[in-house]
Amino acid sequence: MGKRVAIVGTGQTYHKSARLDVNGMELINEAVTRALEDARLTIKDIDAIVIGNMDHFEGINYVDTWSVDGSGGFMKPILKVTTGGTTGTTVAMAGYYHAASGLFDTVLAIGWEKNSESDTTGAIITAFDPIWDRPAFAGAVAGLAVEASVYMHQYGVTEKDAARVSVRDRKHATNNPHAHLKGEITVEDVLRSPMLSYPVKLLDMCPRTDGACAVIFASEGRAEKITDKPAWVWATATRHNYVYIGDWEPTAGLKTLESASKEVYRKVGIREPLKEIDVMELYLPYSFAGLSWIESLGLCKKGGAPRLLWDGVTDMGGELPINPSGGVISSNPIGATGLIRVAEAATQIRGKADKRQVPDVKVALATGFGGCFWSDIMILGKEKKL
Amino acid sequence: MESIAIIGVGQTKYERMKKGDTFADMIFEAVSKALNDARMTIQEIDNVVTVSNDFWDGRTISSMAVMDACGAFEKNVSTVEGDGTFGVLYGMMRILSGSFGTTLVAAHSKGSESKASLITNGMFDPIYQRALGLDAVTSSALQARQYMQKYGVSEEQSARVSVKNHGNARNNPYAQLPMDISVKDVMASRMLADPIKLLDASPISDGAAAVILASEERAKKIAQKPVWIKGVGHCAEAYFLGDRDLAECPSLEAAAKKAYGMAGITNPFQEIDVAEIYDAFSYMELLWSEGLGFCGRGQGGKLIESGKTQMRGQLPINPSGGVLSAHPVLVAGLARVAECVLQLRQEAGARQVEKAKTALAHGINGPCGQSHCVIVLSK
Amino acid sequence: MGNGGQPRGKDSKRLRAQEAGEERGKAMGKWTEEVEELVHRGRIKVPYTWSVGEAGSRFFVELRDHQKIWGTRCPACKRVLVPARKLCGQCFCQTNEWVEVSDQGTVQTFTVVRYPSEVQPQKPPFGYGIIKLDGAGTGMTHLLSGSDPANWRIGMRVQAVFKEKRAGNILDIAYFRPLGE
Repeated sequence: MGKRVAIVGTGQTYHKSARLDVNGMELINEAVTRALEDARLTIKDIDAIVIGNMDHFEGINYVDTWSVDGSGGFMKPILKVTTGGTTGTTVAMAGYYHAASGLFDTVLAIGWEKNSESDTTGAIITAFDPIWDRPAFAGAVAGLAVEASVYMHQYGVTEKDAARVSVRDRKHATNNPHAHLKGEITVEDVLRSPMLSYPVKLLDMCPRTDGACAVIFASEGRAEKITDKPAWVWATATRHNYVYIGDWEPTAGLKTLESASKEVYRKVGIREPLKEIDVMELYLPYSFAGLSWIESLGLCKKGGAPRLLWDGVTDMGGELPINPSGGVISSNPIGATGLIRVAEAATQIRGKADKRQVPDVKVALATGFGGCFWSDIMILGKEKKL
Repeated sequence: MESIAIIGVGQTKYERMKKGDTFADMIFEAVSKALNDARMTIQEIDNVVTVSNDFWDGRTISSMAVMDACGAFEKNVSTVEGDGTFGVLYGMMRILSGSFGTTLVAAHSKGSESKASLITNGMFDPIYQRALGLDAVTSSALQARQYMQKYGVSEEQSARVSVKNHGNARNNPYAQLPMDISVKDVMASRMLADPIKLLDASPISDGAAAVILASEERAKKIAQKPVWIKGVGHCAEAYFLGDRDLAECPSLEAAAKKAYGMAGITNPFQEIDVAEIYDAFSYMELLWSEGLGFCGRGQGGKLIESGKTQMRGQLPINPSGGVLSAHPVLVAGLARVAECVLQLRQEAGARQVEKAKTALAHGINGPCGQSHCVIVLSK
Repeated sequence: MGNGGQPRGKDSKRLRAQEAGEERGKAMGKWTEEVEELVHRGRIKVPYTWSVGEAGSRFFVELRDHQKIWGTRCPACKRVLVPARKLCGQCFCQTNEWVEVSDQGTVQTFTVVRYPSEVQPQKPPFGYGIIKLDGAGTGMTHLLSGSDPANWRIGMRVQAVFKEKRAGNILDIAYFRPLGE
């Protein structure tokens, strides 16, 4: 029961803070066209489509049916999935399950967002319960700031340590032609940037971006005919545990990521992620996450992340490069962001990452984050395995 | 396709306004009922697919409201934003992938909490259509007129659907609007947008439903009374109303063809014993009957007049009362599936169709049924 | 309780508070039958600025500045898409040619709206129609007004009526008026 599935093509737009030259359908179409080109397929070869974004950012209801001119859904099976910030990885998993089910051989997965079309905070605040959380709460930043404070308090991690994450991701982005923010920054730049919500400053935080990403999944038998460089999906896991902000446990680390990673490591047989994984594309919406969440991924013990950062372990050329694409701190078209992590991980395995290529990638890991401290995770491999 | 079983179903009563219930309360009720029905505990659920819509809920991550109530804690979970039938389809894929043995699919919606016209206006393209003020009713009226004119289907024939379905709803304890009405009543009801009158239209509803899917292997171990999914298909056609011939339903035909092909059905009218289809408006039951191959193109009016789709007819359609009798958006498709399951198990009480062995559940998404999902089930 | 005997000090206080709470809970009995069901009113305030895109922009500029209606032709199926679009969804390719179409056309279907809604630009009764303008390959959905709906028929001819003050959006056409009765 079930087929193995590989990623056989990816496409992205060149992410920008505002793509005023295209409407949503056209933005989607750019990414889809590029993915089809990458896989050397036409829309006729696609058996099913799955699409995702966060409705309130563009104010369009039933995006699956609205998008067909751009997504290629005309007279095709299409459905929509959406789970907040994790939407991109939810879309990736849906693409995977469509193909793994055996019902569809070649599946197009699309994640997109046109954040320029709305007030991001005004829209995102509607995620939270209108009666209990919304009246007191303030967008995405506040929750993360609280998490950062707890981490600093428990392990003596500093704002400077966190800044090192932003510096890394922004430096990596200079190798990525798709990245939204393209300039390098220094630790000083981060520390001097305006405070949003202590201890999170402007340059600790991800931007909001217009962008789209498309990934083509194919089941075994079909994948090998499409490309000689498929990136095989080995395992995925999801933990969307919390409903109210107050349900989140105020201790350092992202429990949902810990739990999800344990599941996939077990499935794949990974015991020492730092050694056994070659590259990671992590959904880090802000700098502190680049420290505490890699501890949750088991790369080191709690409080040990700053050492990894300062030693350059996660830089290009290090033992385990993180976010060669520049990550979320460099580009954040929300509905696409998680899918971009998967696309980038696949691109690394396929050896098509040009200037941001990590040498000899056999195993890659991608994560998604969003909602109320929710996590998604996907492991890809060069070999068909399992 | 390997067989997937539905081993548990649960529905809340559908009501105009469930003031005492939050989304989570409704989901918990539906999920608990489904678990009871399957004699399972939440621990035996391997993964969850929720179904909800951010616009209807007024929440940009609408799934968040029900993560606890659907038992998703520490489980793999995803969310389909579209009709419940698509949720079942996705839940199936996750089992067929080999990753999970059971999937819980749970949908919720509270039409009472906002204004349907504003919310359905949101499905129209902001650049060319939104400002015109179209909504689900006015756009469907455009389709109704085009279909009825092209094929000579009358408003009276359409009204018969409403009479039949509200009448059937009297046998369904979950239905919101059981009514004993006549064609005259429908024709005299307030005109909303020609030719759709009040009694041709579905109501605003609150409710939730849940179904539990299982792999063949798992079903054999734990299921008391499994019902099998034999075929499934989904398809969407063009988006802009002016790009479509609204009197036709090519995407439904494509979806049905796929589902029938998998299920080995060549003569749907003969081989299907009961159908639960998405009659958001009375004319839709006629149009979708044609698209599903229950009769020839343009013959929907004659079909309802023949009596063959009545409770004692050859192919009863919507013994539950259909969407005309209860329309919690998104949930309605899942309710169609749940009703089919009850029919095949001979557990449909007063609305039981005799000798039901093969059933069809159908759901729609997007304006004027742009996208369809068809599911064929059998005992 | 750890120390083996009766709880003391803080523990004792906490335990008594807990017990008192449980007692009050029991005293509430069938609380669901008596509770006053509240509602909480709110509204989502998210203003939008949608990017129209290049094709849509040109279409609107022509409406605004010249009171002309243009479509774009798909090189594959040859249909002229109205309103103008960059993408032909049926063929999944870009349109490449601008074609002016008439401001008159034939009604494919229509309805007369009888109920009010905040989102409607006119007060009922008014009409919606899908109009195939002469020269267009697709229908354009818009408002119908300016004559007695009792006389409206599928197949009737209509004419675009432009607004005096136009802003570059779909309502620069105020409505389509049925011709000659």
